[in-house]
Amino acid sequence: MQKASVLLFLAWVCFLFYTGITLFTSGFLLTRLELTNHSSCQEPPGPGSLPPGSQGKPGACWMASRFSRVVLVLIDALRFDFAQPQHSHAPGEPPVSLPFLGKLSSLKRILEIQPHHARLYRSQVDPPTTTMQRLKALTTGSLPTFIDAGSNFASHAIVEDNLIKQLTSAGRRVVFMGDDTWKDLFPGAFSKAFFFPSFNVRDLDTVDNGILEHLYPTMDSGEWDVLIAHFLGVDHCGHKHGPHHPEMAKKLSQMDQVIQGLVEHLENDTLLVVAGDHGMTTNGDHGGDSELEVSAALFLYSPTALFPSIPPEEPEVIPQVSLVPTLALLLGLPIPFGNIGEVMTEVFSGGEDSQPLSSALAQASALHLNAQQVSRFLHTYSAATENLQAKKLHQLQKLFSKASADYQWLLQRPKGAEATLPTVIAELQQFLRGARAMCIESWARFSLVRMAGGAALLAVACFICLMASQWAISPGFPFCPLLLIPVAWGLVGAAVYAVLLGTIELKLDLVLLGAVAAVSSFLPFLWKAWAGWGSKRPLATLFPIPRPVLLFLLIRLAVFFSDSFVVAEARATPFLLGSFILLLVVQLHWEGQLLPPKLLTMPRLGTSATTNSPRHNGAYALRLGVGLLLCTRLAGLFHRCPEETPVCNSSPWLSPLASMVGGRAKNLWYGACVAALVALLAAVRLWLRRYGNLKSPEPPMLFVRWGLPLMALGTAAYWALASGADEMPPRLQALVSGASVVLPRAVVGLAASGLALLLWKPVTVLVKAGAGAPRTRTVLTPFSGPPSSQADLDYVVPQIYRHMQEEFRGRLERTRSQGPLTVAAYQLGSVYSAAVVTALTLLAFPLLLLHAERISLVFLLLFVQSFLLLHLLAAGIPVTTSGPFTVPWQAVSAWALMATQTFYSTGHQPVFPAIHWHAAFVGFPEGHGSCTWLPALLVGANTFASHLLFAVGCPLLLLWPFLCESQGLRKRQQPPGNEAEARVRPEEEEPLMEMRLRDAPHHFYAALLQLGLKYLFILGVQILACALAASILRRHLMVWKVFAPKFIFEAVGFIVSSVGLLLGIALVMRVDGAVSSWFRQLFLAQQR
Amino acid sequence: MKDTDIKRLLYTHLLCIFSIILSVFIPSLCLENFSLLETHLTWLCTCSGFVTAVNLVLYLVVKPNASSKRSSLSHKVTRFLKCCIYFLMSCFSFHVIFVLYGAPLIELALETFLFAVILSTFTTVPCLCLLGPNLKAWLRVFSRNGVTSIWENSLQITTISSFVGAWLGALPIPLDWERPWQVWPISCTLGATFGYVAGLVISPLWIYWNRKQLTYKNN
Repeated sequence: MQKASVLLFLAWVCFLFYTGITLFTSGFLLTRLELTNHSSCQEPPGPGSLPPGSQGKPGACWMASRFSRVVLVLIDALRFDFAQPQHSHAPGEPPVSLPFLGKLSSLKRILEIQPHHARLYRSQVDPPTTTMQRLKALTTGSLPTFIDAGSNFASHAIVEDNLIKQLTSAGRRVVFMGDDTWKDLFPGAFSKAFFFPSFNVRDLDTVDNGILEHLYPTMDSGEWDVLIAHFLGVDHCGHKHGPHHPEMAKKLSQMDQVIQGLVEHLENDTLLVVAGDHGMTTNGDHGGDSELEVSAALFLYSPTALFPSIPPEEPEVIPQVSLVPTLALLLGLPIPFGNIGEVMTEVFSGGEDSQPLSSALAQASALHLNAQQVSRFLHTYSAATENLQAKKLHQLQKLFSKASADYQWLLQRPKGAEATLPTVIAELQQFLRGARAMCIESWARFSLVRMAGGAALLAVACFICLMASQWAISPGFPFCPLLLIPVAWGLVGAAVYAVLLGTIELKLDLVLLGAVAAVSSFLPFLWKAWAGWGSKRPLATLFPIPRPVLLFLLIRLAVFFSDSFVVAEARATPFLLGSFILLLVVQLHWEGQLLPPKLLTMPRLGTSATTNSPRHNGAYALRLGVGLLLCTRLAGLFHRCPEETPVCNSSPWLSPLASMVGGRAKNLWYGACVAALVALLAAVRLWLRRYGNLKSPEPPMLFVRWGLPLMALGTAAYWALASGADEMPPRLQALVSGASVVLPRAVVGLAASGLALLLWKPVTVLVKAGAGAPRTRTVLTPFSGPPSSQADLDYVVPQIYRHMQEEFRGRLERTRSQGPLTVAAYQLGSVYSAAVVTALTLLAFPLLLLHAERISLVFLLLFVQSFLLLHLLAAGIPVTTSGPFTVPWQAVSAWALMATQTFYSTGHQPVFPAIHWHAAFVGFPEGHGSCTWLPALLVGANTFASHLLFAVGCPLLLLWPFLCESQGLRKRQQPPGNEAEARVRPEEEEPLMEMRLRDAPHHFYAALLQLGLKYLFILGVQILACALAASILRRHLMVWKVFAPKFIFEAVGFIVSSVGLLLGIALVMRVDGAVSSWFRQLFLAQQR
Repeated sequence: MKDTDIKRLLYTHLLCIFSIILSVFIPSLCLENFSLLETHLTWLCTCSGFVTAVNLVLYLVVKPNASSKRSSLSHKVTRFLKCCIYFLMSCFSFHVIFVLYGAPLIELALETFLFAVILSTFTTVPCLCLLGPNLKAWLRVFSRNGVTSIWENSLQITTISSFVGAWLGALPIPLDWERPWQVWPISCTLGATFGYVAGLVISPLWIYWNRKQLTYKNN
C-alpha cells in the first residue's frame, strides 16, 4: 500500500509539473499547421467566373498582370516613424530633431511631387517580430508562429505556398541580394543571388555595401523580373547603438540615397516596394509585440500613375501581409494558398483617370478573388486541424457566402451596380478582416495570463517538492490522506469546471482543464500542510532551503537568463560539475573525514566531537575527484557547436564512421568503439561479480552472463555493417541491407526481454540449502581475516543469518534439531542496486545503438563517471544504521548536473538543427512510411538518452552508501592484527548493506519518496527558470533562437526524466516486493 | 595573541598589496607600450616576481614562525631546493587542473602555464614561506580547526580568496561582451589577483574583529 502511495504521490507531483509546462507552453508557443497545398493558375480559388479581362491574355493568371517587374527593397527594422515625412512645425514649436527622424527625405519629395504615383503606409506587423518569421509572412501571407507544426526542423526552408515559389513556377527570374537568411528559406529558388552573412550584428556595412555593389549593375542588365534587396544596416545599427545614435542617421541617409537611385533607374512597367520587416524598441531590439516593434513602413511607387486619389494626411494603417495578395495579383500570379492578407484595393483602381464604376468593379473583383482564396484556405485548414473556433468559422462562412452571392448577382446585372458595389466591397472586406482576426487570435498572441499561470503552477510544484521532501522523512507523514485528498479534490475541480463549461457551451480546453485540476488538488494539500505543520513547529522547518547547494543552484539558474550562457552551457556545465566535485573533496577534507586524526593537532576544547574516524584515506577521495575531472574533460572532447561558426568547430568524432575516408583510421576507430563496448560490458560484469550477484542462477543474471555479450556482438556487427556498407561487394548488398534491419531490432528485442526477465525475477541471490551442520557452521561464520582465494572470489554476504535469527529464530532451532537443513543466501546486500545497474546496462545498449559509433566511448565514460561520483558521494555520507535515511542535496544536484553534462557530451545541443535525425533510421533504413510516432520515439530516445539513464539510475544515490559499507569493513579487516578482534565480535562486523533498508521499510519508502522529490525539485527549478527566462526575455533578440528552444528541450527533458525517475523507483519497489515474497517462500520452506 | 601581531600582519599585507601595484606601474617606466591587458604575459611574470620577492623578504624580516630551530647551511639549502621543487610541482598541478576544468590543451599553453604560475605565487609561495615544504602542515592548516596562529589564519583566508577569485574570473568568459579582458586567461588572472588582494585586506580585519573568539592552541 505504502509503495503504491509513494509512486502515486510522485506521479501527482509530476502531474502538477506537466500541467504547469503545458499551460505555459500553450501561452508561449502558439502552434499552426503548415499546409503544403499550392495555388495554381489553372485552378481558380472558387466557383464563379474569373474577373473580366483575365481570360485570354498572355501571362495573366487569376487576374491580368498590372506590372511585369517589381523591385522589392527590404530595409530590416525600418520602423514607420523612420520613413514618416516630417512636416514643418507650427512657428512657436521647436523642431524635434532625433537622429532617425526625417532622414528619408526622398519619400517625402516623391509623395509631394507625384501624389498619384506613390503611397506610404504604416504596416502593422504581427508578432513575433523576428526577421525569419517576418520573411515567412512577407512571402506566404500567413502568420508564422514559432513552431509551425509539420515544418522540417532540420532546415528552415519554407514548405508552404509562397510568392517566390509562385514566381519561379511562373517562369519569372528572381534575383536576390542581401541577408543570407533567404538562402535557408528558399534554397535554390533564385536565378541569381548575392548572399551576405547576417550573423554579426556589430557589422553595419558589409551587407549593405555588398548589395550596393551589385544593385545597379543588375538592374541595368535587365536579366530579372523580380529584384529583392534586403538591407541589414539599419537593424544592426539598432542592435549595436540603438535608434538614438548619430550612426542611425548615417545609415538612414544611405538608404535614402538608395531609394533615390532606384527611382531614377525604374522603367515604366516596374513597381518599387520599400518595406520594413518590423520595427524596433527604443533600445533597438525587436522580437516582441510592443507598438514600436510592430509598426513598420511600407512605401509603394510606380512610374505610372497608380492611385486614384492623393495620399491622406496621416498614412493609412494596413496589415503587413496585405502586401502578399496585392503583389501576387499585380504581377498576375495566383495568391499563395495560405495567405490571409487582404488586398490593398486602392492599387486596383486603375490610375487617376479611370471611371469610378469600373475602378470600383476592379477593386471588388480583386477582393472577391482574395476572399475566395481565404475561404478555401480556412476550409482546408479547419478540415486538417481543430484549432480554429468552430462557431466563429461558421459565422465567417455565412458572411462569405452572402458576399459572394451578392457579387455574382452584381456581375449578372451591371445596371444598378453603383448602388450595391460599396456594400459588396464592405462585406468582402468584413469577411477578410474577420478571418484574419480569427487566425491572429488562435496563432499569434502571447497569452500572458497563461504564461504567468503556467509559471506559477511550476513554482507551486517546486515548492511542494521542497516542502514534502523535508516532510517525507519525518515519522508522522500521513501518506494516504495526503494523497487521496488532493486527487479527490482535483477530480472534483475538473468535473465542476467541465460541467460549468458545458452549461455555458464553451469548448473544452484540455490544457485549462488540467490546470484547474492541478490548482484544485494542490490547494487542499497546502492547506493541510499548513494546518498540520505550521501550528506545531517554526516556519523555517516548513521551508527547508537546500543550503549546501544554494549557491550552485543559483548560479545554475542564473545561467538560463543569459543567452551567451545558454549557448555556452556545453562548456559551462562541466566547469560547474568540476567545481562541485572539487568542492566535495575539499569539504570532505575540511570536515576532517579524510585525514587520520593524529595528523591534526588537537582540536579546540569543546569541539572534540569528531570521534568518528575517517572511513577512507585522503588519497582515495582525491583520486576519485581527479578521476571524475578527467572523465568530464574527456567527455568534453565530444563537443558539438550549437551553430557552425569560425569560432566554434564541432568535434569530428561525432560523425558516424561511415563518413570517414581513411581505411586505417576507420579500422582503428572501429576497434576503439568495440573496445569501449567490451569494456562497458566487462565493467558491469566485474561489478556484479564483486558483489557476487553474478553467481546467482536467476534468469536475469543468466541473461547478463549470456545475453549481454550477445547484444554487444550484435551492436558491433551492426556498426561494422553500417560503417563499411559502401565498400561491400555488390553480391552481399542484399545480405547487408537485411542485416542492418535485423541486427538493431534484435538488440532491442534482447534488451526488452532482459528487462522483462529482470521484472519477472528481480531477486538475484544465490541460495545454498541442504548442507550439513558442520558446514553451516562455517558458512554462518562471518567472513573475516585476510581473504583466501575462494572467499575473495565469491565474497560472502551472509545476510540471511541475522534475518533468520530475528524472524525465524524458533523455526530455525526446530529445523536444526529435526535435520541438517540450513539455508545460506548470498548477495542480498546488493540486491537492489544489482537490479538497477542491470536495468541501466540493458537500457544503455539500445540507446547506444541510436548514436553514432564513437559515442560509445562517451557511454563508457558515463558509466565510469557515475560510478566514481557515487563513490565520492558515498564517502561523504555516513551510513545510518536504522533510519531515517536521507540523500543529501549535494548528491542529487551533482547527479542532475551530470545528466546535463552527458546530454552535451553525447553530441547534443538544445537547438533544433542539432537533433540527430539519423537516429530515426536505425533499424529502418527505408524510412517509416506514414508512421510518425516511431521515428519521433527513436529521435527522442537519442536526444534524451542521458536524461533517461540518469533518472532511472537515481535510486542508486540512496543505495550506494550502503554498498560502500562492505568496502569500508573489508578495508578495516585487512590488517591481520584485527583478526582476533573481528572473531570476537562477529555479529557487529557483519555488513548488512542494503538489508538495512529492508529492516526499516517505512524509512526506506520515505527515503525513496524524498529522493524522488529532491530530484524533481532540482529539475523543476530548472524548467521554472527556463520558463521565466523565456517569458521575461520575450522581447529579446535571441528569444526564438536560444530561449524558446532551450525551454522546449528542457521541458521535454523534464518529462523524460520524471518518467525515468518513476520507472527507476518502481523498479526498486518491485525488487523490494520480490525480496519480501522470497523471504516468505523461504519461511514456508523452513516450515516444511 | 596581541594587537601588535595583528598590526604586523596588516603592515606585511599592505606591503604585498603595494608590490602588486608596483608591478603594474614599474614595467611601464622601463618598457615601452606596456599595458596590463595587451602585454599581459609580461605583467604576469613581473607580478609573480614582485610578489614572490616581497613574500621572501617579509619572511626573512618578520620571521612569523620564529620557533623553528637553528639549522646548518646545507639544511637550509636543501630546504630551499625543496621549496623550489614544490613550487614547480604546484605550477604543473595547477596547469593540469586548469586543463581538466576546460582550458585548451595545446593552444595557449604558455598563457595557461603563466596563470598557473601566478596562482601558485598567490597560494603556494606564502604557504612555503610560512610552513615550509611540509605537506602535512599544509593539510592541517586547510582543515577545520587546524590553524595555530594568526599568520596561518590569514594564510588560509588569502589562499581561499585567491582560488575563489580565479574561479569567479572564469565566469564572464562566455559572455558576448567582446571585451579584451574576457580572453582566456586574463579574466582569471585578474580575478585571482583581486581575490588575493581582497584576502590580504580582509584577513587582518577579520582577525581583528574575531580576536576575542580566536584562541590558538600554541599561543
